[in-house]
Amino acid sequence: MWYHKPVVNEELLQSLPNLKIVASSGVGIDHLDLKLLSGYGVKASNTPFIVSSDTADLAMALMLASSRRLVEGYQMAVSPDTEYFPADWLGDAVSGATLGIIGMGSIGYKVAERAKAFEMKILYHNRNRRNKEEESAVGAVYCEKIHHLLQQSDFVLLSVNLMPATHKLIGKRELELMKPTATLINVSRGLVVDQDALVEALQNKVIKAAALDVTYPEPLPRDHPLLKLKNVIITPHMGTATKKTRLLMMENMIKSIQAGLMGLPIPHEVL
Amino acid sequence: MFRRKAFSLLKTMPLKSGASNFASKFIHPVIAFHGHGCHRTSVDYRQAQDSPGSARGQTITAPQTKVMAEEELPGVLILGVGGTHGVLEDLAALLKKHFRLITMTEFLENKREISKKIQSIFVFECRPTIDRKLLESLPNLKVIGNSGVGVDHLDLKMIANFGVKVTNTPHAVADSTADIGMALMLASARRLVEGCQIAVSPDTKYFAVDWLGVEVTRSTLGIIGMGNIGYKVAQRARAFHMRILYHNRKQRRKEEEEAVGAHYCEKIEDLLQQSDFVMLVVNLTPETHKLIGKKELGLMKPTATLINISRGAVIDQDALAEALQNKVVRAAALDVTYPEPLPRDHPLLKLNNIIITPHIGTATVQALRMMAEEAIANMLAVLNGQPIPSEVFPK
Repeated sequence: MWYHKPVVNEELLQSLPNLKIVASSGVGIDHLDLKLLSGYGVKASNTPFIVSSDTADLAMALMLASSRRLVEGYQMAVSPDTEYFPADWLGDAVSGATLGIIGMGSIGYKVAERAKAFEMKILYHNRNRRNKEEESAVGAVYCEKIHHLLQQSDFVLLSVNLMPATHKLIGKRELELMKPTATLINVSRGLVVDQDALVEALQNKVIKAAALDVTYPEPLPRDHPLLKLKNVIITPHMGTATKKTRLLMMENMIKSIQAGLMGLPIPHEVL
Repeated sequence: MFRRKAFSLLKTMPLKSGASNFASKFIHPVIAFHGHGCHRTSVDYRQAQDSPGSARGQTITAPQTKVMAEEELPGVLILGVGGTHGVLEDLAALLKKHFRLITMTEFLENKREISKKIQSIFVFECRPTIDRKLLESLPNLKVIGNSGVGVDHLDLKMIANFGVKVTNTPHAVADSTADIGMALMLASARRLVEGCQIAVSPDTKYFAVDWLGVEVTRSTLGIIGMGNIGYKVAQRARAFHMRILYHNRKQRRKEEEEAVGAHYCEKIEDLLQQSDFVMLVVNLTPETHKLIGKKELGLMKPTATLINISRGAVIDQDALAEALQNKVVRAAALDVTYPEPLPRDHPLLKLNNIIITPHIGTATVQALRMMAEEAIANMLAVLNGQPIPSEVFPK
C-alpha cells in the first residue's frame, strides 16, 4: 500500500482469498482498519523510524520558513512589481525561542535534537515521560499538562500519531491558550487539528501563523478558507518525500512482505 | 539555558506588541554601565567588566574625550525615522537614550549650526551614503556605527583619511543569519516553495507521489567562510548529522573543529567536489569577489545546491544562471544578489530551481534590536575613548 492506496475494504478482502499481508508505506496507520484485517487473518506492517529524520527535517524547515516569512519573501524577491526591499519588513527569530513538542516519539525527539542546536528552549507533552538522560540530552522539559506547553511556546509542533485520543486534539480552546505571537506546526495528520477552529483562530489573529504539511482531506478543496489566509503555509504532505527515504521505505516493505509470506516474524508489524 | 549575548541595554524597550523580548535579558557589562547614565563621566572599561552596573570607581578621561553634560548628548546622524528605508521607530527610541538624533533632512536644512553637533553616524541598511562631501561637512565626526557586519558599502580608506573610525555589529547578526542559511538549505532541499505553490494552486487535484526532494540529514555541507556566522551554521548543521567540511583563510583550532565535527579543506576544490550543499558565509573583499564562478560551479556535484548568505558579488551571477539552466548544479538559494533587488528581467528570476529571498538575514525584530544596541555600544566606546569592541580597519 503506497500512500494509502489501494483502499483496503471489505469488498477487496473478500475477493483475495490468499492475501497474507498489507504492507503500508510510512508510519501512520490511521487509514487502516486493523480490526477488519485481523478478522480476515491478514497481517499489517508499516515503516517507522526510517521516516523520522526526513519528517523532523521538514518540521524544522516549516518552522524556519514560517517564522522568517520565507515564502512571502521569495514572492517579493521575484515579483514583477518589486522596486526595492523595505527596511520595515520583518520576521521573528527561531534561535532562542521556545518550542513546544506535542508527541515526543521518534520524530518529535529528532526535532528536539535539531532545535537544541538553535538554542531553543524545548518543552514537550507526551503520553509517557521520557527518561532523564533522554530529556537532558536535548534539554527538554516535560509538561504533564498540555496547557502549560501551549501557554509558554512560541512554536507548537504536533508530532503525534492519529488515534481517537488525538483526534481534534487542538481545537478552539487549545488555540486560545496559545500565545497570540505563536505558530502552530503540524507534521502528524490533518485530523489532529480542528480545521474550522484553526481557520477562525488565524483569521482573528488568536495565533500568529500556521505551517501544515498535513490537512484533512489532502488536497484541501480549492475553495477552502485555509488556502486564502496569508499567515498559513501548506505543503503537500511531503514529510518523507526524498529519494533516499522512499527507497528505504520500499526496501522495508519488501522485507515485511517476504516475512509475511514465509510465516516468519514480521519486522514492524502493526497489531 | 540562554547564553550570554552581546550588547543589550539595561532598560527594556517595549517592542512591537507580542514580540518576544528574550534578547533584552542579557546585559553586557559596558552597556549595563552606560544604562546607568554614564554621560557625566568616562568609564574605565576594565572596571565595568569586573563589576557590572556598580559604582563609577576610578574615572579615566582620555585626553580627546569630551565630558558630556546631560543636556548635550552627542549628535548621531541618521537618514530618517520610519518609512521604507528609515531607521525603525523602536530603534530610533534606543538611539535617543544616548544621542541627540539628527535626521538628514534636519542636517541639510541647517548645515552650519548642526554640522558641528554630529559626532557619529548610524548607518542602517547602508544608508545614509557616506561620501567625501558628507565627511567634509562634518568637522566633529568621530565614528560611523554600521548596523550589520558587512561594510563593503563603505570606503574604509577614505573614511580613515578623515580620522573617522568605523564599527560594525558582528555578534548581533550571527544567530539570525545562520538561521536563514539553514532555512534556505532546508527549503531548497525539500522544495518547500514549490510545494506551497502546489498545495494552494487552483489546478491541484491530487498530490503526486513521485514528487521528491533531497535529504538534508546525513548529507555533506561545505561551509566557505568559517567566521562567527559560518561556525553557528556548523553548530546547527551538526544536529542534522551532516558531514561538515569548511574552507577558510585560517584553519580553526582543533577544539573548535571537534565541537562541530568540521573538517578543514585547505583547497576549496576539495570542498566543492564533495559537498551536497555549499554555503557561502564570507565577507565581500577583493579576494572573495566572484569567488564562485564557472570553474567552481563545474567542480560541484550535479546534485549539489549552492546557498549564499554573504553578498551577491561573491558569485559570478551570469555563470550561476548558466549553471542552473544547464543543470550543472541542482539548485541555488540566495538571500543576497547584486544588485538588490535584481532587475525584473534578470535570468535568475525565471529559473525554477532557485529560491531568492530579499536580503532578510537579519530581518527579525530581535536581530535589529541587538544590532542597534551593538552599534550604540561601539559608537559610545569611541566617543568615550574606551576600547572599541568591533572596529573595522581598512586593509
